[in-house]
Amino acid sequence: MLAQFLQFLFSGVTVGATYALAALGFTLIYNASNVINFAQGEFIMLGGMLAVYFTMAGLPLPVALALAILIPAVVGVVVEKLAIEPVKGAETVTLIIITIGASLVIRGLIQVWLGKGTFSLPAFSGDEPIHILGATLMPQSLWVLGVTAVVVAALWYFFNRTLTGKAMLATSYNRLAAELVGINTGWVLFMSFAMSAALGALGGILITPITLTSYDVGIMLGLKGFVAAVVGGLGNGLGAVLGGLLVGILEAMGAGYISSAYKDAIPFVLILFILFFMPRGLFGGKSTDRV
Amino acid sequence: MKSTTIGILVVAAILVVLPFVAPNAYYLDLTVRMAINAIIVLGLNLLIGFAGQISLGHAGFLGIGAYASAVLPTHFGWHPLVAMGAGAAATAVLAGLVARPIFKLKGHYLAMATLGLGIIINIALRNEAQWTGGPDGMPVPAMGLFGFELSTDRQWYWVVAALLVISVWASLNLIDSPFGRALRALHGSEVASQVVGVDVVRYKVAIFVMSAVFASLMGSVTAHYIGFVSPNFADFFHSIELVTMVVVGGMASVFGSLVGAVLLTALPQALATFEGWETVVFGAILMGFMIFLPKGIVPTLAAKFGKGD
Amino acid sequence: MARLLEVSDLSIHFGGVKAVQNVSFGIDAGIVYSVIGPNGAGKTTLFNLITGVYKPTAGEIRLDGEAIHGRSPNELARRGMARTFQNLQICMNMSAIENVMVGAHLRLDRNLVKAALRFPGLKRRDRELRDEAAQLMDFVGLGQYVEARADSMPYGALKRLEIARALAMKPRLIFLDEPAAGLNPKETIEVDHLVRKVADSGVTVVLVEHDMKMVMNLSDRILVLDYGKKLAEGTGEEVRRNPDVIAAYLGAHA
Repeated sequence: MLAQFLQFLFSGVTVGATYALAALGFTLIYNASNVINFAQGEFIMLGGMLAVYFTMAGLPLPVALALAILIPAVVGVVVEKLAIEPVKGAETVTLIIITIGASLVIRGLIQVWLGKGTFSLPAFSGDEPIHILGATLMPQSLWVLGVTAVVVAALWYFFNRTLTGKAMLATSYNRLAAELVGINTGWVLFMSFAMSAALGALGGILITPITLTSYDVGIMLGLKGFVAAVVGGLGNGLGAVLGGLLVGILEAMGAGYISSAYKDAIPFVLILFILFFMPRGLFGGKSTDRV
Repeated sequence: MKSTTIGILVVAAILVVLPFVAPNAYYLDLTVRMAINAIIVLGLNLLIGFAGQISLGHAGFLGIGAYASAVLPTHFGWHPLVAMGAGAAATAVLAGLVARPIFKLKGHYLAMATLGLGIIINIALRNEAQWTGGPDGMPVPAMGLFGFELSTDRQWYWVVAALLVISVWASLNLIDSPFGRALRALHGSEVASQVVGVDVVRYKVAIFVMSAVFASLMGSVTAHYIGFVSPNFADFFHSIELVTMVVVGGMASVFGSLVGAVLLTALPQALATFEGWETVVFGAILMGFMIFLPKGIVPTLAAKFGKGD
Repeated sequence: MARLLEVSDLSIHFGGVKAVQNVSFGIDAGIVYSVIGPNGAGKTTLFNLITGVYKPTAGEIRLDGEAIHGRSPNELARRGMARTFQNLQICMNMSAIENVMVGAHLRLDRNLVKAALRFPGLKRRDRELRDEAAQLMDFVGLGQYVEARADSMPYGALKRLEIARALAMKPRLIFLDEPAAGLNPKETIEVDHLVRKVADSGVTVVLVEHDMKMVMNLSDRILVLDYGKKLAEGTGEEVRRNPDVIAAYLGAHA
């Protein structure tokens, strides 16, 4: 009983950490530009696929992983420069379609280059499961959770304690005011895309030894990351992390106790219910339109 | 004569001539698919372009219609027309039920809710294999009308062409009516339309349900026309394709809907020659359109030649 | 004269900010009633409360003796309340005359199916309405813009277009939120005359305006707000002599 529950909890928290990283990516870009980046999922895919490619090419793991984070970050910046910057202030639908276009290009290129196969990475520190109260925990899960925790802490420090982070935060509250006090908001946009792509890629790398990867895993992972960001109240960083974990846990529990066939539907049922009753997510603030 | 009347006549004339100039069956088939998409996009444009609301889940409603036409006649022996009506009614009820809470939402929250709804429908269609055939899909019985069976592409062509002309006419009427004005007004300024008495949520719900029913009915038509349904009818990417047709053709443009549907139905066919690069090229074209023609083709041309639509 | 609108102890708080606090006043039918006060005094918030855009935290609003606070704007529109906005709320995606026609929304058959199938009576009624809207545009001095797109009109004309839209509702009570803001002196005088014309046509006018000449010239009674509270109320002369008002305008804020 307890063992089973723990087992579901472990797998939920592990995948939830990936959603949390993706949700943070959505949040960063949303705050900097009011854009929902539907290509976020592709960065997750890129991270995993590139890590696989570089390790298979014989590069040492640390180098392979660094490249697998760095390249998506560059891709994120390219997307921002080429596709987002030229259409500043466009309608929401237009921006959604642009980012979906970008995601198709990225996914298509990987498919052409690396094919439609499914790939895996070796776990970072072995496959010897750890037994806790009858449930088993893979060492890779600890990597996922540990790295996510470190990243969240680092981000918190960055946004609250460094000038650059505060500048980014200020831009998200009020772009015009930020510009007036001399913050280079164009640069903030640049940073946001680089950081969220890197976060997505990191999540993709960490989870690949557990869930495998292929050119098309980005769609669902990205959409679930979006769900997590909305659960947490779009634009709220801490909310995004909690939202990611919540979505992951509920998905694992639902798959375990209710129906594994409907596993992928669970986050979406959850978000509909939340939006029905709390139109701004669990941790979103109230807003009043000014007229 | 008003420019919209001329527009309808031009569309009707093209539709009458097309089957006689179409070089072969492949092109006739393509035209039928274009016309079906055009009707769905007309409904979706009322929601997105005119009322300013977004839906990333319309393929879900299309799926409900398509599967109603597949499942009900196959498993329960219903007449295809009754099944089609039942699909539309089920869509109306579902869309109506979710619409009330959904349309208290705005912008990205609305995008999320409609996207979620579409995905849930798609997953259900994939999973209920004993009824739907699961991921493989299932065959659809032929559509009979008054003892006459619709089977050839040419017969379908005339049915769909007639539906398209009626839809264009009805959309134009609707836009230029008190209902349509209220719809456009709530897009322009929600608060201003409220204070002149527009019940904003009611209007959004009404147009959402209407466009969903359009999608459902055309889903049924597609199912019968192709003779087969699969969960891909209802997948997220198809929802995106439909929205893209609206935006590429031109938001809030009736004739733009037609142009968008025609172009984006043809595009994947044209790209089939790129062998593996289709997705890349399709994505690049989407981005290009949005960056260089963000208002869509027809409104951009109309502005250039100084004519409204 | 009968009391048309009665506001008692009205308050609204946004978080810790008390934007309107315990404000009470009454408006008789057929008069021009002005609300003045320094920026941030709560004038627009008061309008938003009365027209249903905001829900009050406490207090009552009665129209013809019937409680209307907490009702939605579209319900209040049904009861004959019209308004314009300080920040323009024109539908730029529509033509000028269509903006006015939307004002007559409640007087028309709004059935979706009938509209789509072009029921004959509907179209005729719509043509009549178009003529009526054109006349209204003439009335507010926008005769030259009947065929124009809203997004091609200058600011001053859009301010009046809002008044025309409000009048198309055939309201009993119209709230004008700074109709002369941003206008040049000549346009301001024209709006002054227009408001007079509207009042003379039998519509009760409630006005928020910073142009004191216009306010003194038009108003039967004036309410002065400061920091969300009622500072004074009375005729123009009474308000002008009120020591608190003088202090607020000349002392504390000068």
